[in-house]
Amino acid sequence: MVVSDNQMSRSPEDRSRFISGVTAGLPVVIGYFPIAVTFGLLASEHISMVHAVFMSAWVYAGASQFMAIGLIGAHSAAAEIVTATFLMNFRHFIMSASLSQRVKSHRSAAIPLLAFWLTDETFSVAMALKKKLHPRFLLGLEISAYTSWVSGTGLGFIVGAFIPPLLQESLYIALYALFVALLTPHVRSSLKKRSFHILITAVFAAGINSLLQHFHLMKPGWSLVTAILSASVLGALLHTEDEGGS
Amino acid sequence: MRLWIIIPLMAAVTFLPRLIPLLLLKDKVPPPLLRRLLNTIPYAALGALILPGVLHSAPTMPWAAVAGMGAALLVSWFKGGLIASVASSVVVVFLFLLVGA
Repeated sequence: MVVSDNQMSRSPEDRSRFISGVTAGLPVVIGYFPIAVTFGLLASEHISMVHAVFMSAWVYAGASQFMAIGLIGAHSAAAEIVTATFLMNFRHFIMSASLSQRVKSHRSAAIPLLAFWLTDETFSVAMALKKKLHPRFLLGLEISAYTSWVSGTGLGFIVGAFIPPLLQESLYIALYALFVALLTPHVRSSLKKRSFHILITAVFAAGINSLLQHFHLMKPGWSLVTAILSASVLGALLHTEDEGGS
Repeated sequence: MRLWIIIPLMAAVTFLPRLIPLLLLKDKVPPPLLRRLLNTIPYAALGALILPGVLHSAPTMPWAAVAGMGAALLVSWFKGGLIASVASSVVVVFLFLLVGA
C-alpha cells in the first residue's frame, strides 16, 4: 500500500517536503547518534549484535531499550520486560493523539509508518516547527532520525569501547538541549503577547515529573504520562481564560 | 532463543500505543476543550522530558548539565536555531567536564 502510495503521488512538491523533513530531522540525528552508540556498547555486554540492532530497528524507543538491556542482564522474566516496556512507552499514546490533529492526509497508507517512527524527539520537532504536518515532511523527519538510531546502535556495538568517556558523557546533553531549543521560541513569543499558559504548562509538567520521580512515587513511564496529562489539562484551562481576556 | 520472543513483544507493546490514537482520531474534530488539551500536550511533554532527566545526563558532574542547559536556553532565546543551541550546550558540558576532571 505504501509503495503504491509513493508511486501515485511522487511530485516535486512531495520531494521538497520530504527533503525539508530530513533537514528538520538533523538535530535529532545529531542527538540520537551518541546515545545509540552508547546503547550498542551497553548491549554488547549482554546480547548479540543481531539482537541489539533488531531491538533498535523494531522497538525503536531509547529509554525502554536501555531498561530492557538492564533487565535482560539481570535475567528478569520475559513478562516483566514486556510489561515494563509497555509502561515506559505508553506516553506515545498521548503524543499520537496530539499529532493526529495536525497530520493532514486524505490517504491513510502512510499512517502506520508515521506511528511506528513516532518518538519524543520527532514528535517535539514536528509539533514545534509546523502548524500543519504533511505526511511527506513527517516521513523525512522520522526516517532520518530512525537511520541515525539504528546505524548508531550497530556502530556502537563494534567501536563503542574506543570512544573517550569524556566525549561520550558530554554528548548526552544534546537531546535535552534540543527540547529546550524547541520550547524557548514558543515561550518567548507567547510571553510577548502577555500569555503565560505555555510557560506555566511546561514548568508545571517539569515540576510534577521531578516530584514523582524524586520521591519514587511512580515508575518513570507513569510519571511522564501523569505529568504530561495533568499539565496539559491545566494549560488547556488557562488558555481559555487567555482567549476570553484578549 | 528467548530474545526472539521478547524483542517482537516489546516492539508490539510499543507500536500499538503509537498507532491507535493516530488511526482513530486522524479525521475527527474533537470538542474544543479536548482540542485545546491535545494542542497543549507538546509543551507539557517538553517540560516533562527536560526535567528531571537532564540532571542525570552528566552523571559525574550534574552542574555541567545545568551549565549546558543554561547555554541552550541563552542561545535559543537570543539567537534561535536548533543546531546552534545543541552544539553550544555540548561544548559547554564538554568544557566543564574537562576542567572538572
